[in-house]
Amino acid sequence: MIEVVSRSRCVGCDLCIRVCPTDVFERDTDGIPVIARQEDCQTCFSCEIYCPVDALYVAPLTGPAPDGSPHREEEHLAATGALGAYRRTVGWGGGRTPGSRYDRNHLFTAGMTGQPGTRPNPLSGPGLPQAESPGPDLASPH
Amino acid sequence: MTRPTQTGLSLDTDVMVLGGGPAGAWAAISAAEAGARVVLADKGYLGTSGAAASGGNNLWYLPEDESLRARAVADREALGGRLTDRRWMERVQTETYRQINRLAEWGYPFPRDEHGNERRSSLQGPEYMRRLRRKVHRSGVHILDHHPALELLTDADGTVSGAAGLRRQEGWTRWQARAGAVVLATGGCAFLSGAFGLNVDTGDGHLMAAELGAELSGMEFSSVYGRSPAFGNHTKGLMMQFASYYDASGRPLEAEGHKGAELIARRLAAGRPVHARLDRAPTALRQSMRQAQPNYFLPLDKAGVDPFDEAYPLRLVFEGTVRGTGGLRLLTPDCATGVPGLYAAGDVATRELVTGAASGGGSLNGAWAISSGTWAGGGAARFARNRGALPPRHNLRPAGTTALRAAPPGGHPTTRAEVDETVTTVQKEVLPLDRNYFRTADRLHTSLRTLDTLWGRLADQPAATDGRTMLRAREAAAMTAHARWMYRAALAREESRGVHRRDDRPGTAARFEHRLMVSGLEQLDVRADPVLPVLTAKGTRAARIAAGDASQERRVS
Ligand SMILES: Cc1cc2nc3c(=O)[nH]c(=O)nc-3n(C[C@H](O)[C@H](O)[C@H](O)COP(=O)(O)OP(=O)(O)OC[C@H]3O[C@@H](n4cnc5c(N)ncnc54)[C@H](O)[C@@H]3O)c2cc1C
Ligand code: SF4
Ligand code: SF4
Repeated sequence: MIEVVSRSRCVGCDLCIRVCPTDVFERDTDGIPVIARQEDCQTCFSCEIYCPVDALYVAPLTGPAPDGSPHREEEHLAATGALGAYRRTVGWGGGRTPGSRYDRNHLFTAGMTGQPGTRPNPLSGPGLPQAESPGPDLASPH
Repeated sequence: MTRPTQTGLSLDTDVMVLGGGPAGAWAAISAAEAGARVVLADKGYLGTSGAAASGGNNLWYLPEDESLRARAVADREALGGRLTDRRWMERVQTETYRQINRLAEWGYPFPRDEHGNERRSSLQGPEYMRRLRRKVHRSGVHILDHHPALELLTDADGTVSGAAGLRRQEGWTRWQARAGAVVLATGGCAFLSGAFGLNVDTGDGHLMAAELGAELSGMEFSSVYGRSPAFGNHTKGLMMQFASYYDASGRPLEAEGHKGAELIARRLAAGRPVHARLDRAPTALRQSMRQAQPNYFLPLDKAGVDPFDEAYPLRLVFEGTVRGTGGLRLLTPDCATGVPGLYAAGDVATRELVTGAASGGGSLNGAWAISSGTWAGGGAARFARNRGALPPRHNLRPAGTTALRAAPPGGHPTTRAEVDETVTTVQKEVLPLDRNYFRTADRLHTSLRTLDTLWGRLADQPAATDGRTMLRAREAAAMTAHARWMYRAALAREESRGVHRRDDRPGTAARFEHRLMVSGLEQLDVRADPVLPVLTAKGTRAARIAAGDASQERRVS
């Protein structure tokens, strides 16, 4: 669920309010969004991707993070690079390459029922094409 | 065309599209290309809303190779329990191929393989839907985000003539659109289970169509659950092909293949933990795995779990008719529902024609959304054009039956607590694995008694006074109707086939090799579809190609 709106980072662009499919945010009197209905959050990470300044953090949990959880600590999240991690991965924002350019999904669907190609057998055997190593390092911090 | 009214927004258009997932977006593009004025209203936001936006879509995108395509049809036909229609499958192959190639022209950043060829069979959700939104916008379509539709409007003859709903971010005022035809593209129904991106999909369109007498099909194929980390809701499954499964003490479970899926479900239904670890993933491939399915890894990364190294607990999250198969029955190649002026595309329509009894998640649903969206948009545009002038406003009739009219004197408006209780009641019948994944006649009967009683109460439920509750009340009613259709059809199909598992009727029965239609709101009716599956019969050209007998083929023809 959405846990953090960084008031220091937010530039009040309203994008998260517009794009959240379940209408979780409200605009505060000072123009910064607040999490008005956390219980409606469906943990889809969309707001994170759209926020241009990496001001949002969505925890991977279906319920609210408990008090004292690192998922609620803005400083910790900023320090570990968790803010904006998904946006980096999908390659949105100036100067980045769209993540879809590195999408080698066809390796993983080859030979599945109704799909072209042959299924490597065993899956982890030498028949499976090996990856080159394009693109940024996506192992994200935690 | 736009005229603000005291109560909100009033519009006129040729084609009204309800829903802004891929099916709605392709329908809008197609209707606009056919020369229609188009308005598209989404409950959320065209770009982030719906199953594809967060999940992404691997596609049934096959090169123009006749034998490859024929084999793919035959394979899916078998997987789909022989309920499919080969003609529709072939059309979907052709249409998906055409439209995805256009998407490439519009700039979707596809990857290139080692030979420098673009690979176009996978769409990453946020990128896909952002591109579609741009194309929809450039096609001149009027996009209304946060405009959930509540009901359809008809003229005096019962021809669909528009829709009405709420403006969620404009003080919950009303909107009303008069239209020559309507495309429903509101997605499947996942019953607010919380599954990744699916809480917008509550079956609203099915209810709207059924209120005008539309029939549904394949509703028994609705027992699909996705695997997610136990702490989350992220039902991305493709990478789990590399998983091994363990019990709580780390002992391996024999969980391979079809039988394995059932074993996992049975364990979880019994409250026994199942853990997964991607220990069969070759090290050299791990970076590619991350790049192909970032939304599988993201929640695990955030939780500090390295799935290659550490077994994490699983749960199964219900995905209903999103990754299930059932929906509105289609009568024509351009996706008409049988209600004049009403078309359906994507998950709101039955996908049995192309996926049969098997889940369409994983390549066919996405292809279906593109193709059926394209056809429905074109069909609606033609209908609107042939129809001519829009009916006068004073002749428009709201078609909604439940939760929309003011409380009668002495009655009280529906409250949020009442609506929440409805949702909980329905969820108790459809979410548990031992009700829905593993079905028996007894349990279906028990659930239906509860659900039928519930519907009896909802049938003349008055509207709530605030918009948020009014919308949720319609969603709750839609879910109730959906659950009843599912279970009524599940009772009638006295066998197990595809994703429909009857513990009391294991195995398929030849006498059920046909589709089942279900209709009605008060009184439900189930019957065999008189239109039979069209299969790759032995001896046909397609069957010979599928069998790889191309040389023979050339001699014969
Ligand atoms: C996790 C996941 C992974 C998947 N992966 C694949 C895959 O790899 N390959 C594949 O082929 N398929 C896959 N699928 C299925 C595929 O995503 C769907 O079939 C596809 O998105 C259907 O498109 P749609 O437009 O019909 O529905 P959706 O994408 O669900 O969109 C429905 C839209 O309707 C809107 N709406 C709902 N009610 C109303 C209302 N009352 N008024 C206005 N708007 C409304 C919603 O806001 C939403 O935007 C996956 C599904 C999931 C859940
Ligand atoms: S994660 Fe999704 S549902 Fe939750 S606040 Fe962000 S956009 Fe809204
Ligand atoms: S998208 Fe980011 S910057 Fe814009 S309002 Fe939301 S939090 Fe602030």
